[in-house]
Amino acid sequence: MSYIKPQFRHPQLPANERGFTRTAYEGLISTLCAGCGHDSISAAIIQACWELSLEPHRIAKVSGIGCSSKSPTYFLNKSHGFNSVHGRMPSVATGAYAANHELTYIGVSGDGDSASIGMGQFAHVVRRNINMLYMVENNGCYGLTKGQDSATADEGSKSRTGQINPFENIDLVGVALEIGATFVARSFSGDKQQLVPLIKAAIAHRGFALIDVISPCVTFNNHHGSTKSYDYTREHVQAGNIVDFVPSETEITANYEEGASHNVALHDGSRLNLVKTTTDYDPGDRRNAIAALQDSRANNQILTGLIYIDPEEPDFHQMMKIANTPLNKIEMSTLCPGTSTLTDINQSLK
Amino acid sequence: MRPTDTRNPEYFHKVVDCQYACPAHTPVPEYIRLIARQRYTEAYLVNWESNVFPGILGRTCDRPCEPACRRGRVEPEPVAICRLKRVAADNKGDISPWLPDIPATKNGKRIALIGAGPAALTVARDLMPLGYTIHLYDENPKAGGFMRSQIPSFRLPESVLDEEVDRILDMGVDALLSQRVESLRSLLEKDYDAVFVGTGAPRGRDLDLPGREQAGANVHIGINWLANVAFEHTAKIGKRVVVLGGGNTAMDCCRTARRLGGEEVTITVRSSYEAMKASPWEKEDAQREGIPFLPDHTPLEFVIEEGRLVGMRFDRVESVYDENGKRSLVSTGEEPVFVAADDVLVAVGQEVAFPWIEDDCGIEFDRWNQPVVDKATFQSTNERVFFGGDAAFGPENVITAVAHGHQAAVSIDLFLTGRDMLADRPAPGTHLFSTKMGIHEWSYDSAVTPDERFDVPHLDNATALKDRKAEVELGFDTEIGFAEAQRCLNCDVQTVFFDSKCIECDSCVDICPTNCITFTDNGDEDDLRKRLMAPADDRNQALYVSDSLAQTGRVMVKDENVCLHCGLCAERCPTAAWDMQQYMYSVTKAAPIIKIDATAIGLPSVAARAAKA
Ligand SMILES: Cc1cc2nc3c(=O)[nH]c(=O)nc-3n(C[C@H](O)[C@H](O)[C@H](O)COP(=O)(O)OP(=O)(O)OC[C@H]3O[C@@H](n4cnc5c(N)ncnc54)[C@H](O)[C@@H]3O)c2cc1C
Ligand SMILES: Cc1ncc(C[n+]2csc(CCOP(=O)(O)OP(=O)(O)O)c2C)c(N)n1
Ligand code: SF4
Ligand code: SF4
Ligand code: SF4
Ligand SMILES: [Mg+2]
Repeated sequence: MSYIKPQFRHPQLPANERGFTRTAYEGLISTLCAGCGHDSISAAIIQACWELSLEPHRIAKVSGIGCSSKSPTYFLNKSHGFNSVHGRMPSVATGAYAANHELTYIGVSGDGDSASIGMGQFAHVVRRNINMLYMVENNGCYGLTKGQDSATADEGSKSRTGQINPFENIDLVGVALEIGATFVARSFSGDKQQLVPLIKAAIAHRGFALIDVISPCVTFNNHHGSTKSYDYTREHVQAGNIVDFVPSETEITANYEEGASHNVALHDGSRLNLVKTTTDYDPGDRRNAIAALQDSRANNQILTGLIYIDPEEPDFHQMMKIANTPLNKIEMSTLCPGTSTLTDINQSLK
Repeated sequence: MRPTDTRNPEYFHKVVDCQYACPAHTPVPEYIRLIARQRYTEAYLVNWESNVFPGILGRTCDRPCEPACRRGRVEPEPVAICRLKRVAADNKGDISPWLPDIPATKNGKRIALIGAGPAALTVARDLMPLGYTIHLYDENPKAGGFMRSQIPSFRLPESVLDEEVDRILDMGVDALLSQRVESLRSLLEKDYDAVFVGTGAPRGRDLDLPGREQAGANVHIGINWLANVAFEHTAKIGKRVVVLGGGNTAMDCCRTARRLGGEEVTITVRSSYEAMKASPWEKEDAQREGIPFLPDHTPLEFVIEEGRLVGMRFDRVESVYDENGKRSLVSTGEEPVFVAADDVLVAVGQEVAFPWIEDDCGIEFDRWNQPVVDKATFQSTNERVFFGGDAAFGPENVITAVAHGHQAAVSIDLFLTGRDMLADRPAPGTHLFSTKMGIHEWSYDSAVTPDERFDVPHLDNATALKDRKAEVELGFDTEIGFAEAQRCLNCDVQTVFFDSKCIECDSCVDICPTNCITFTDNGDEDDLRKRLMAPADDRNQALYVSDSLAQTGRVMVKDENVCLHCGLCAERCPTAAWDMQQYMYSVTKAAPIIKIDATAIGLPSVAARAAKA
């Protein structure tokens, strides 16, 4: 009987700019089912944070309830974390971001957590453009409670017990586009080549960044007839923009074919090179994005890649003109100036 | 790359680094597991079947397995494989019920073995169960070869040597001791059906320097001197002793001299300290006994005063390496160094010598005076004469002699039964079986934890130096033996991949603590090695490549190099596309050696060997 992860690592693991190997970004050994897509997403987050040379103690992980929402235990165990109530992660993230905008926020949610019980919260965190990466680990079911259909299950998809889902599904990518999200992407847990650069881009983006990741539930939703299984997803994926994340200090060295790439400059000086696989696609055009999504859906395909980005929109912090210094660094006397100041304020409002 | 052919017996064999590095391919992890389970008798038998002298080797083996050990890639020190072998030997029970039956009626074929060292003794052990009549000649009064005449008793107690040598002689070997073979021709005339030459490399080199003649009896050839000590013809040496040479013989000479009255014993070497040939642990043991080393000293002359040896003079040198790595010793130009000495021991190498093989025996020699011997069959240019051990290809060690002995025995048996020595040679015995017992349960202890190597306790110097026969190393007790055994990574439990079951979920990739596994597009080896999850630049370690996978057409590539055999890939795989399977590999032997039904008592490897042989 083992199930203990050995402490040994590859002796030649490369170090990033901060001198850390990937090990510095790992978490505890996963207790999810063997083969769960969520574990691959955790591995992709580890890889992305390592590549970005983030400092683990400057990251905060927030999540709700579900197998997906449990997964922050399995990465970045030297970071801050808040495992909140079912569907309420956006509130916690909003509060945390208001109090301290200097941390990197990684939210992990599930399709149940975001599209069922947390749908209301989800809509508002999008509108408010909280500067965070918001991952929906989308398996089309409630994994933790034994696989009931969730609101993202496609109409006509078959459950493990053989029932056909009669309801329309909610596509969180479409919802987010509709209500003003500034970074919208979709990916697949089984394609780290696409997912890792998307995570890096989402973290570098200033503002709310949604990545809806198809993440098969190997126990309850990976059978024939399911539209969220490994093989169904692989058969129906339509890879849209392939993102190449270029950190700010790096010269562009890769050679892209004339007209085949599109450049997006992010606020921190880094760039996204979008290599187009199909037709000319401008990810800065929201209407175009919505149309592309609809088209692929009509063709029974799953559009992945970076679907929409607006790097200019002010985020919550700027919109609300919140003090630039995080609350925990402001002197007590400034934070709580005392009764006389309160009296003055009250007086001024009379 | 083409998909790896795991049915090739050598593929998984090579993954078991220690076993692969062992010349006799002893199934190391298997006996280490048996030690951890306190089944010392079985652990001993697994060894005995394979290397014939577990008690001796558990104390003296050159241990090529240890530098190869996988543990040494993730921790500073490898598993103490050799000393664990001794734990098995020290704690075993009665093995007599397991020993092979020797046919009372002989098969009519007679074989002469010349020299009673480990090579010839192995040939005898492997062939006796087949009913051969064996005559074993040795010039010394007792069998054992260099294990008896050279390896000092403080490293190898006589009782341990006697037990393992006598076990073979007691099979009914005709030991013709104190009989030096002076003529191969007359031996061949005695109607032996086959002759095996295992006479070792018995000629020690001398140093022809000024003063050598006058120094006379105070200069000793190291190996002759050690033999005289072993057979108790020599019991004393002067107070000041200089030992020339940097190999293991020099270490045994200086440590023996310390026990025979040498008070100031100095090792002088031409090379640098680092480049000395002696094993690191032999150097340490000598230093622990207060023996100083003078590296970078080339002897110039024996210094004689009033007709007597008073010491030696040395030139200080530096080792300079050219671009091909070839060394030359360049004098530093400093004043020569004088080291006082009553006696000098010359341990600067030894070589084969066959003054007793006449030119007309049909045995060809090459230009280095080595006999021409086939590397696979050990047959010489006279079809009836086989060679093995140090006599075949020059000085090596006990375990190499044993490995030669096994193969020579197979060849002799094939030859004498009219079969082809190559075409009819049985393949090595192999066996692969799943260790899965439950969801997270394997029949081996798969958990891997950091544990540093344990030191073997030593006798204190004062006691050790008083008695030439007092064993210095005390061996692990059973408790430390268990803890050290737990350091083994079970490299014989293989990660076996079934590509048709894989759904490409990446779970194995994500869990692997040492990033061994990658799913990627196929390419040639150079290209693939650059695209893996972690650096894979050790080309001696194989890449395990699957066929292309159903969903994406990619391949699974596993770098065998730093796999911990922890089984996590198999535990995380939802479809059991990985399995942890134990691989048994057994070198071809002339006959089954272990008698009892080995499967019945849970020794599958021994059973596999018996079935194959
Ligand atoms: C000082 C010293 C220490 C060593 N320590 C180790 C060690 O710790 N571990 C290790 O693995 N190896 C060690 N070795 C090497 C090891 O002893 C040999 O490699 C090994 O014994 C070779 O075995 P063999 O069967 O070829 O012959 P040997 O062991 O050399 O035996 C050959 C025998 O043949 C006899 N013989 C030779 N010619 C004739 C003849 N014409 N007629 C009759 N008999 C003859 C010899 O006297 C000898 O008894 C050591 C060697 C030396 C010199
Ligand atoms: C308030 C509340 N309601 C219901 C539950 C029961 N519950 C736990 S997890 C879960 C669904 C999780 O689904 P999802 O977010 O898709 O996560 P998954 O397990 O599929 O990754 C539900 C309904 C709960 N824990 N709390
Ligand atoms: S860890 Fe065990 S099996 Fe692996 S090489 Fe070392 S001793 Fe052999
Ligand atoms: S056994 Fe599997 S998980 Fe463990 S180190 Fe080897 S390849 Fe990796
Ligand atoms: S865990 Fe199993 S199914 Fe998943 S990728 Fe690895 S071998 Fe394939
Ligand atoms: Mg879900």
